[in-house]
Amino acid sequence: MTPHDLLRADQRFIADLVPEGARVLDLGCGDGALLAQLRDERGAVVRGVEIDLDNIARCVERDVPVFQGDLDDGLTDIPDGRFDVVILSQTLQVVKRPRFVLQEMLRVGTRSVVSFPNFGHWRVRTHLGFHGRMPVSEAIPYSWYDTPNIHHTTIADFRDFSADCGAVVEREIAFVGREGGTARVAHLLPNLLADEAVFVLRRS
Amino acid sequence: MDSTDAVRRPWEEAASAGVSETRTLALDGVLTLSGGRTLDHVEVAYETWGRLLDDGSNAILVCHALSGDSHLAGHRPGEDAATASPGWWDPMVGPGKAIDTDRFFVVCCNVLGGYSGTTGPSSIDPTTALPYGLRFPLVTIEDMVDVQARLLHALGVHRLLAVVGGSMGGMQALAWAKRYPDRVGSVIADATTWRLGAQAIAFNEVGRRAILEDPGFAGGDYYGADSQPESGLGIARMIGHITYLSDESMHKKFGRRLQDSDDYAYEFVSEFQVESYLAYQGQRFVERFDANTYLYMTKAMDYFDLQGEASTLADALRGVTARFLVLSFSSDWLFPTARSRELVAALREIGTEVTFAEIPSAYGHDAFLLEPEAQHKLIAPFLSNALDRPRAKREVAR
Repeated sequence: MTPHDLLRADQRFIADLVPEGARVLDLGCGDGALLAQLRDERGAVVRGVEIDLDNIARCVERDVPVFQGDLDDGLTDIPDGRFDVVILSQTLQVVKRPRFVLQEMLRVGTRSVVSFPNFGHWRVRTHLGFHGRMPVSEAIPYSWYDTPNIHHTTIADFRDFSADCGAVVEREIAFVGREGGTARVAHLLPNLLADEAVFVLRRS
Repeated sequence: MDSTDAVRRPWEEAASAGVSETRTLALDGVLTLSGGRTLDHVEVAYETWGRLLDDGSNAILVCHALSGDSHLAGHRPGEDAATASPGWWDPMVGPGKAIDTDRFFVVCCNVLGGYSGTTGPSSIDPTTALPYGLRFPLVTIEDMVDVQARLLHALGVHRLLAVVGGSMGGMQALAWAKRYPDRVGSVIADATTWRLGAQAIAFNEVGRRAILEDPGFAGGDYYGADSQPESGLGIARMIGHITYLSDESMHKKFGRRLQDSDDYAYEFVSEFQVESYLAYQGQRFVERFDANTYLYMTKAMDYFDLQGEASTLADALRGVTARFLVLSFSSDWLFPTARSRELVAALREIGTEVTFAEIPSAYGHDAFLLEPEAQHKLIAPFLSNALDRPRAKREVAR
């Protein structure tokens, strides 16, 4: 098994999008697995931002430089255009100020990569539409009253949101996650059939 | 991490660093100080742990804080291990500990101006054959670092794998990175600051006033005299001690409890537990510390400003290449997180590898001496990677 195999499905798509030698910032970098992979396999120069102390310790174990911070406070310490790629993987839905966070990403990076669970997936719609219940699924595994996810979005909503934030969508990968972190790309009706998505954005 | 590591809590293994002896080295040549004055004869008291690899690649310097000394960990020769306290950062230094003496060659020395064996105001001035007292030149953090550099050279250490320090020791670690960028691979700046703010300087000044205005101080020439500046030094320590704690930790420890009575005495006597505690801390300090050294150390901290003449801190740090671990503690209001973040921002701006974490703690500034577990989890892998990951693999993000 390679380190690449240990990544989440969305992280694998993201890893494949990062060019050789890029300067990469991962916001909410968790245990640093993705950044360590990008450094070791792509020769990327990597930096992370993370709020949780145990995750920071995992990053230090991987020798990934990480800065403890709250994304909702912005990236004020980072000058414009400092990074080639800024990543926000599975984190958009937990921040308090998604619009501000995305604008900050667009400011400090040439490209922004965002992955999120798709609230438009048919299973979610079924939960709400037929059962009248808040959805709980593999991609969204929390009860409504005890969830870090406070800003769910659908793929269609995110397209509008990107445009509204002054971003151009360069690429959009919608996929269905599978056991063991593999995934199948959903080409047809992505907003209905994909349970996750990765967007590549740049400033317009 | 295997299962034996998972149950082991190395920071709880007292005095595992074993017995170490304080040695003294006389530096060659004259030392020119930041203030322009010189010292002809400087002795440095130091201790070492572990073994220096043949290629010299595993040396770590640990720098002590205001009241510390070279006795970093373990016991002194002849000390009763059952009763004597181990060195001041014992939970962090020893075999299998964060600063692993099985892997690293660890050096700690008493700072210039100190009272524990290194030349300072209590040393004999060769020109008068009397203790220097206040005739000892003012020293800076940079002067302390220069003395350490000379000591290390004499010990055959030409490049440090890492320099580590908390509080005033952290200032030395930062000064190292800037002053000797080619000689430092990694820096751990723990509960420290790139410069003190007005509030911290103010507290230092109150402590100094208490000493200077104690009749027993006698202009600094109290060595061997009947009267000593015990009251002044004790008060200075009491003030200092308050600044090292937090409101929360003091309230938890003492509350408003009275020491010996259930009722107020309606007299100006020590009644509250916190009063007895501070008096005890002051008294204990007087027994082991020197009033003149207290003046010199606090002044060196006040003078320290990593930015110096540069227009921004980042400008001042250009050329620094070390990787950094910067740690602060949530309840430390003397060396606050906000100031650590300024340092980290500057280090990021110049493109160095820097990791920053704020450790949650109620212990205030003293937390760096009292929270070994959280520090272990960050410092151990940081230092381990310093040794294991070849320098060539690192790149600077510009």
